[in-house]
Amino acid sequence: MDLDFSTAEEAFRAEARAWLTAHVPETPLPSLETERGFAAHRTWERTLFADRWSVVSWPEEYGGRGASILRWLIFEEEYYAAGAPGRVSQNGINLLAPTLFEHGTDEQRARVLPSMASGEVIWAQAWSEPESGSDLASLRSTAERTDGGWLLNGQKTWSSRAAFADRAFGLFRSDPDTAKPHQGLTYLMFPLDADGVTVRPIGRLDGKPAFAELFLDDVFVPDHDVIGAPGQGWRVAMSTAGNERGLTLRSPGRFTSAAARLTALWRETADPSDTALRDRVADAVIGARAYRLSAYAGASRLAAGGTIGAESSLNKVFWSELDIALHETALDLLGPYGELADAAGDAPAHGAWAEGHTFSLAGPIYAGTNEIQRDIIAERLLGLPKGRR
Amino acid sequence: MRFLLDDEQREFARSLDGMLSAADTPGAVRAWAAGDTAPGRSLWTRLADAGVFALAVPERHDGLGPLPLELAVAFTELGRHAVPGPLVETVAAAALLDRLDGVGVDGAAAAWLPQIGSGKALVSLCVPAAGGPYALDADAADAVLVVEGDTVRLAATTGPVQPSADPARRLARPLGGSVLARGPAVTAAAAYAAETAALATAAHSLGLGRALLDRTVAYVRQRTQFGAAIGSFQAVKHRLADTLVALEFAQPLLHSAALALAEGADHSAAEVAAAKVTAGEAAYAAARTALQLHGAVGYTEELDLALWIRKARPLRDAWGTPAACRARVLGS
Repeated sequence: MDLDFSTAEEAFRAEARAWLTAHVPETPLPSLETERGFAAHRTWERTLFADRWSVVSWPEEYGGRGASILRWLIFEEEYYAAGAPGRVSQNGINLLAPTLFEHGTDEQRARVLPSMASGEVIWAQAWSEPESGSDLASLRSTAERTDGGWLLNGQKTWSSRAAFADRAFGLFRSDPDTAKPHQGLTYLMFPLDADGVTVRPIGRLDGKPAFAELFLDDVFVPDHDVIGAPGQGWRVAMSTAGNERGLTLRSPGRFTSAAARLTALWRETADPSDTALRDRVADAVIGARAYRLSAYAGASRLAAGGTIGAESSLNKVFWSELDIALHETALDLLGPYGELADAAGDAPAHGAWAEGHTFSLAGPIYAGTNEIQRDIIAERLLGLPKGRR
Repeated sequence: MRFLLDDEQREFARSLDGMLSAADTPGAVRAWAAGDTAPGRSLWTRLADAGVFALAVPERHDGLGPLPLELAVAFTELGRHAVPGPLVETVAAAALLDRLDGVGVDGAAAAWLPQIGSGKALVSLCVPAAGGPYALDADAADAVLVVEGDTVRLAATTGPVQPSADPARRLARPLGGSVLARGPAVTAAAAYAAETAALATAAHSLGLGRALLDRTVAYVRQRTQFGAAIGSFQAVKHRLADTLVALEFAQPLLHSAALALAEGADHSAAEVAAAKVTAGEAAYAAARTALQLHGAVGYTEELDLALWIRKARPLRDAWGTPAACRARVLGS
């Protein structure tokens, strides 16, 4: 499929491709969900940052290129097509940074963003609690006023990257007496090595210590690490959640490159008479193409002054299901080799299907479950009445 | 490429929607199914006056086209209103004649293209290799073109109407007739015509699916059970949310396919096939959902919803079955 880009956009693509060709490690880095891999990925973030490829859409003053969302999509396509390493900084870049751009102070942006862009400080998200997942407003961890700041207490869990990360951001209940659960919340940043923080890694379904539980016991946070006004955390967080579900969490490059790998696998290995499998390969290719075209249409709408609101829920449902279908089809093509872990000596050369499959299974769960997304679609886009969950 | 429709294209869609909403389109569908084509032909004339058929006719024959993107916009609205008749076949016949003009059937092109553009002629088209052995609404058409192998002919007559699962689709085999042209140009023109037909059918399906969703959303908001609107139940909401997801992601594929066809791009066949299978499946799923959520009342012929539900499956399979489309996407 050809899309017509301007000469300047094509030049940007060529520049990105040339840089990636010259810099992407020939040997894949160890999984970023291991201590060794985390360190290797942090080094990769520095390499990206040195030539201003780590945060292309940010303003130049913070290490970016001020790239439009269209160019960001182009960069992402090239990034995945080049087989470049996964981004260990993604929680910070995709979730915290947009929040700081929208709700932070100049001082916070100047202090937090450059070290995030360079990989010097890696951020973990601390949203969920044991009794508070999709119903985020029900969270119980507290922030209590003290001299010059706040004292955090409680427990956060399923915190991605927290086992090895440097700092975290999350929501805390600062006023327990409000009428509604989403009022009286405050959005704060805190160091993971602060006094009173205990980090307990949790093995994920893929066996990697990629989650952690955080136990907070009178952890002091100074006032300048509160984002937005105290008590307004829900509003601040919701703009972040929209980003997470919208374009920035899953750019189409990820799926178009996976669909290309899947097609190659099918051409090499498939029994031509198995049309059922062929149809599923075609559907994966079509789905990736649809998502890519939809992303560019969305970028065009944004460029024309539009916004992405509840539409991001359509994206979330679509890409999460597409991701699973892509990986399941690959495993079926691999037959007896499908169950092998990527680290197995006999694992197929195309690789990354086993780990990718396990990770894809989490898609409908995180960033707001797909059940929540479907409620949002039904209520906000179709105008159906709110009801019992 | 331009990913968004411009103001003029959006206004065109709005005006067609308004015109078809004001006309008694369901009445015309029912009459058509009963063999009375007068209301349908009257609607056809109004669509021609709005410029719909001229989009498929080249300027040298008094048309505006070919403009595949505008055709996709128009056919989405025709699908939204379940307009009866050989709409897809007429624009595909125009595409065929356009491509054969100058290489063998100049007389036929000069005779039929201006009449297609002005709405005076309903033309059906049968390309067995791309769309099966029947011509749609051949009994109502003013001409029936048939392409077999590298030969195109003007059918002399047609066999008896074979009832379709959608009574508004009247199928018949074209019979006899004179050869208009023969050779590789015919094969190439027929492929282009089949792509045009698949694109128009995809747009028709998308519009049909959107109408099914809109009507079902309206219904579940007012239908109550267990003391609450059924649209407040999560199982109902989620089914409708999935319907919207499927339709929304068919839209950019359709848009891109129309542009690829307009450019004459090498990859247009794969793009059209991707749009066709996705829109067709989305509309058929929308029909299943519409029926399920309307319950027994949706299973009755009295409700106009039946006009849309019955069309979804035939459109999904016309001018490229899902299997054929998927094979084409992979170039196999």
